[in-house]
Amino acid sequence: MSGRIHISREVVLGGAMLVLLGLIATRFPAFVEPGNLANVFNDTAPLIILALGQMAVILTRCIDLSVAANLALTGMVAAMINTAMPDLPIPLILLVAVSLGVAMGLVNGLLVWRLSIPPIVVTLGTMTIYRGIIFLISDGRWINAHQMSDSFKAFPRQVLLGLPVLSWIGILAVIAIFILITRTPLGRAFYAVGGNPNAAQYAGINSGFTQCAAFVLSGALAGLTGYLWVARYAVAYVDIAGGFELDVVAACVIGGISIAGGAGSVAGAVLGALFLGIIKNALPVINISPFWQLAISGSAILIAVAVNVTQNRPKGRVILKKAEHAV
Amino acid sequence: MKLFKTLLAATAVAAIAFTAPAHAETKRIALVVKALGIGFFEAAAKGAEEAAKELGDVEIIYTGPTDTTAEGQIEVINALIAQKVDAIAISANDQDALVPALKKAMQRGITVVSWDSGVAPEGRQLHLNPSSNPLIGNMIIKLAADNLPEGGDVAVLSASATATNQNIWIEEMNKVKGNYPGINVVGTVYGDDLADKSYREAQGLMQTYPDLKAIIAPTSVGIVAAAQAVTDAGKVGQVNVTGLGLPSEMAGHIKSGASKSFAIWNPIDLGYAATVLSYNLATGKAEAKPGAQIPMGRMGTLTLDDTNSGAMADPFVYDSSNIDQFKDIF
Repeated sequence: MSGRIHISREVVLGGAMLVLLGLIATRFPAFVEPGNLANVFNDTAPLIILALGQMAVILTRCIDLSVAANLALTGMVAAMINTAMPDLPIPLILLVAVSLGVAMGLVNGLLVWRLSIPPIVVTLGTMTIYRGIIFLISDGRWINAHQMSDSFKAFPRQVLLGLPVLSWIGILAVIAIFILITRTPLGRAFYAVGGNPNAAQYAGINSGFTQCAAFVLSGALAGLTGYLWVARYAVAYVDIAGGFELDVVAACVIGGISIAGGAGSVAGAVLGALFLGIIKNALPVINISPFWQLAISGSAILIAVAVNVTQNRPKGRVILKKAEHAV
Repeated sequence: MKLFKTLLAATAVAAIAFTAPAHAETKRIALVVKALGIGFFEAAAKGAEEAAKELGDVEIIYTGPTDTTAEGQIEVINALIAQKVDAIAISANDQDALVPALKKAMQRGITVVSWDSGVAPEGRQLHLNPSSNPLIGNMIIKLAADNLPEGGDVAVLSASATATNQNIWIEEMNKVKGNYPGINVVGTVYGDDLADKSYREAQGLMQTYPDLKAIIAPTSVGIVAAAQAVTDAGKVGQVNVTGLGLPSEMAGHIKSGASKSFAIWNPIDLGYAATVLSYNLATGKAEAKPGAQIPMGRMGTLTLDDTNSGAMADPFVYDSSNIDQFKDIF
């Protein structure tokens, strides 16, 4: 039963995306050319990567509002390291970025796990703290294109087999998270903890640890994206990706990841992110007033949530009804 | 910490007091900045020194708090009053909070002018704006037109749709665009001062208008993002990015050719003009009143409006010829 809901959910979203592309094509045909769609995918890759981490967190009934701040801080540190040591190879910078992301995710996770503070409070706090730290280490100053080394900026842009490295990293992240979620005990624990924490506890799953692991995963992906983001836009400052955490949560919600935890799929998160990415990339070219743009993005989220709620509602009740009939 | 700062400020002022021999003839002009150690203000101090050299009988006291607070500036002002300086030229951290301290200074016969970031009219004799909205509006389209002798399509990439400054500048730009025949302003988009959104909007402009020749971004986030988008689209040389930006942030894009030129105030000129104005008021060579025209040396004359404020000049143009000189300043 629940399997069928998942499939139809993603098919609905996929269908909505095709309709959306069709509508955009009537106003701006060049948008649906393969080359441009590849650009849209590349532009959406950071959102996809972050949505994958956020999905794991939301599955465990938590939320991570600090992802964008984590991204910005890691990006700033990566840029500062590059400025200080321009010859440091990119793999090392990637390693530093991911480690720093992990550390920040671990802070969130430990606060949620060990001190049992509600995740929304923890990550609201760390969000502000991480942004504040950027201010402290940078003195509010920007790191600009001419201060970054060429190899630092070129890495996400390098084209391999027709796609930029940024897109490939997005694809690799999707595959890795898909395997993690569907093929490992930790992946199943995410669902179990979110679906029914008590039952998970009885089944021998440590829900605090699982939630902490989800935050670490989200942090690692945010750290990775931090370097990619700064390299792509060739600038680092306090406010980069300001408000982006809401886009990430929105992508998950549109993709059918239940805010109540325990339900959702990798395909959903990816489709949700792509859906938002298409809207974001299409709005500039179809000539819509900026005031309407905000309303359109907001409506898309609300409609998705509404669909989600109506689809999820029967789930619990059907079981009860069956139980009733059985008695 | 508070005590430490007070001590620090007191020591700094004491040091100034001891090192400054009080020649009766020498006018002592204090250039008070938002905070010490900021490149922009260090450059303004350079301009003030230039003016002092030119005027001859002027000694510049370059000072300010260690962080950008109104409290810190009030301490500095009180110390300057105690030293009986002849003039205070200040870039204020708070428009209103400094008024009582500056009023006190004026009561003691000290000339007070504000520059860059203003003080409420009752707290100063005049305010020097780096530029004015009409001058900025004209400059941003002129920058685009100067590199397009044959005309062409240009588009504006602004901050948010509700950003007051940008909207006024764009409005002023539209008023004078008739003076630039052949320049066709095709549209305005909004990047919300976010690097990623501005980048996407710039990409959108290049797609929507394949013949686009220039993007005008009167915002420091937008201009950098647009330059990067043009570079990534391989359209350097085809689409020129211009507008308002900071030399330190734009140096790389000037070098790559994505931006041929852009504009912003020149802090050296600003410090210079503030000093000459203070000198002219302090020596009684001019009086600050609405409609007055006060000379400011090589920067021409300042015309005061009803609130005793005036605009110095067109924004200063930065290009490959001078970017290296300014990129480390601000």
